[in-house]
Amino acid sequence: MKGQRQTTMLSRVADSLYWMSRYLERAEHTARLIDVDFELRLDQSPEASSGRWLRLLEALHAPRPEDGKVDAATLTHILTLDKTNSSSIISCVSKARENLRQVREQCSSAMWEQLNRLYLQVNSTTSSEAWSLHSYVFFRAVREGAHLFHGVTDSTMSHGEGWQYIQLGRYVERTDAVARLIGAYFSRLPYSPDQAVESDEYLEWVGLLKNCAAFEAYCKNYTAELRPLRVAEFLLLDPEFPHSVRFSVDKVHAALRAIAELTERKAEQPERLAGRLRATLSFSQIDEVMASGAAAYVENVRQQCGQAHNAIHQIYFDYPVEEALRH
Amino acid sequence: MPDPVRSLFRPPFRNYQFDLAYDEMFEAPGVPRPHYQALFQTLLELPPEQMRKSQQAADLSFLHQGITFTVYGHDEGTERVFPNDLLPRIIPHQEWRKIESGLTQRIAALNLFLEDVYHRGRILADGIVPRELVYSCRHFRREMRNLTVPRGIYVSICGTDLVRLPDGSFAVLEDNLRVPSGVSYMLANRKVLKKVFPTLFRDYGVCPVDHYAQALLATLRALCPASSSTRHEPTVVLLTPGVFNSAYFEHTFLAQQMGIELVEGRDLLVHDNVVYMRTTAGLKRVDVIYRRVDDDYLDPLCFRRDSNLGVPGLFNAYRAGTVMLANAVGTGIADDKAVYAYVPAIIRYYLGEEPILPNVPTYLLSDPSQRSYVLEHLDELVVKAVGESGGYGMLIGPHSTAEQREEFRQLIQAEPRNYIAQPTLNLSRAPCFLEGEAQARHVDLRPYILYGENVTLVPGGLTRVALRRGSLVVNSSQGGGSKDTWVLRA
Repeated sequence: MKGQRQTTMLSRVADSLYWMSRYLERAEHTARLIDVDFELRLDQSPEASSGRWLRLLEALHAPRPEDGKVDAATLTHILTLDKTNSSSIISCVSKARENLRQVREQCSSAMWEQLNRLYLQVNSTTSSEAWSLHSYVFFRAVREGAHLFHGVTDSTMSHGEGWQYIQLGRYVERTDAVARLIGAYFSRLPYSPDQAVESDEYLEWVGLLKNCAAFEAYCKNYTAELRPLRVAEFLLLDPEFPHSVRFSVDKVHAALRAIAELTERKAEQPERLAGRLRATLSFSQIDEVMASGAAAYVENVRQQCGQAHNAIHQIYFDYPVEEALRH
Repeated sequence: MPDPVRSLFRPPFRNYQFDLAYDEMFEAPGVPRPHYQALFQTLLELPPEQMRKSQQAADLSFLHQGITFTVYGHDEGTERVFPNDLLPRIIPHQEWRKIESGLTQRIAALNLFLEDVYHRGRILADGIVPRELVYSCRHFRREMRNLTVPRGIYVSICGTDLVRLPDGSFAVLEDNLRVPSGVSYMLANRKVLKKVFPTLFRDYGVCPVDHYAQALLATLRALCPASSSTRHEPTVVLLTPGVFNSAYFEHTFLAQQMGIELVEGRDLLVHDNVVYMRTTAGLKRVDVIYRRVDDDYLDPLCFRRDSNLGVPGLFNAYRAGTVMLANAVGTGIADDKAVYAYVPAIIRYYLGEEPILPNVPTYLLSDPSQRSYVLEHLDELVVKAVGESGGYGMLIGPHSTAEQREEFRQLIQAEPRNYIAQPTLNLSRAPCFLEGEAQARHVDLRPYILYGENVTLVPGGLTRVALRRGSLVVNSSQGGGSKDTWVLRA
């Protein structure tokens, strides 16, 4: 018994950590998308900008305006500070905090304080501040708040089971968000895969990369010449870039393997599903992907990711008691 | 050495006021008590601006840490910071020794009383405490009859409210034997004060309180039945009603400090009279539950059926002895405010000793002559509902309106057993840093008593402050705050 490690983790706690992390990732992603839009809009015609808004709404799974008219100010408000929109930044940060508040004894005080501070900051922001010359300050605060939270988490929380659920939530969310974003671009923008894009189009593809914080990393890999094929390859299949789908799925798989080991429930469904998705991404060639359509490919990725998510719920969070008593 | 009287008129004491109440800091206007001398000097020398900054920093740190409580009756989930005052309340070692022995005596007697009442009932048979008083108590649990609890400990954790009377002596105002709260604020206040007055703190020689969580864990483990202790180290959990409870911060704090799981009712289940918690690795057995859920809500099969906070079947498991609860079920009879009046007699009956700490005089309204006296003097007395806590259900005569008195008159006449009355006490006052200066406010003191292998009092407690000028109510839900309590080393 001496020095025995305590490995108990309540299902409810695991569930809360997982969702806390998903909501925070969602808030960060939304903040980045809107921030990038602000920047691009300055160089663009209103038509080009409203086309991007429609893609943006699709990528964020937000409803399109009923009259089809895009009013950037209204949409920004809905996506940032509208408490009635359950996926606005303020709702996501509040839900992340509420989830962490329910399990705050599981995390370090520094983590809680960091997320609480972000929450207080977002809550004290008024609509005019988020929609003004200083809007970048707000979006930067959200992004940095989330980064800081993960930095604090990595350096103050044991990298045990709880930490793994945080990783899991973060990368499940990212896999889904990036896949959806790629889908929205490749199904709505005209492109020829292996030709360098020009002028107006160029900005759109820069926008896609920046939405994934990937522009600089892309240039390092492929130079500043943008080709849709390469953009797709980088965002989907790059093994090293932290916002690529493959990287995210690798992380999901690693977290699930660690959890399976810690809970002594090896070779269960979630790990198997994530492993299969990982293999798909590892062995895909971008030519084949493009041949059958990037949008269809990411849709398949999202479906598999959704299956893994459901399996995680059934095995770790919400299992039938009768079965557990038999063990 | 400043001239004593003149220094009073210097900031931050320029407007400091005295009345008939005992002043914790001054023995006479301008003359600090010896153990307050150093703090007094420090405050005279400290620029008020710096105090204000420290106060802001402390408030912000409380907000960021989320050291909040939830106010009922407002929007659901309204979080407020529990106001903290930076000026410590200082208690000399000698006084603390007396408090310690008085409270140790009291918890021992109250546990014997509970064991007796739920078994043979000698004290009732001997007519020391009226039988109908106990049986009519709202917190009496028939289900606890003849149930033997480990070591005979019903109350493992107790928070007793003490007040200091104008003559300087301490008296017990009430015992909290069900789910006393506030200990996390004691620890949080200490953490802040160490930052604000590091040198002063060190020079004073203050007894540490940081080991409270460890002592609490040891107390809870001491409850574990012998049969299961051979199996493994007992698994202790803290059961919280959930995130909307006013003391939720405290629950998370204590669970974290003790390194135990914080569970909600929905995390637990009972199978074959054994309690399990639902973990990611399957079900895990639970041995001891430090429950911060009231009796009524513990088990919908046994108590309130509409409770979603409890665990169906928990009480049966408890009766079967496979799981321990702290505190035991049914301890509320001993902190009923009418039973309170009998505690001195209870101490004499079981221990054969005189009470070390006196009670406050209490009128029992079920007694006709006491009742008619009280009804005639409602404007002078404090009336309290016997089963309430947290400053709810209370009338403070001198501060009340005619309508409120009339309302209580009717309440009392309808249900005399449900109320008691006490003289309006002039609680002692201590300086608080408010509006940029030192102001006198009424305070009480809640030390925390742990009863496991033996009785442990962490030297200190929660000094609660009635922050509203002239107010006598210190409860957090009624505009109270708190300050750190420094018990000095010998």
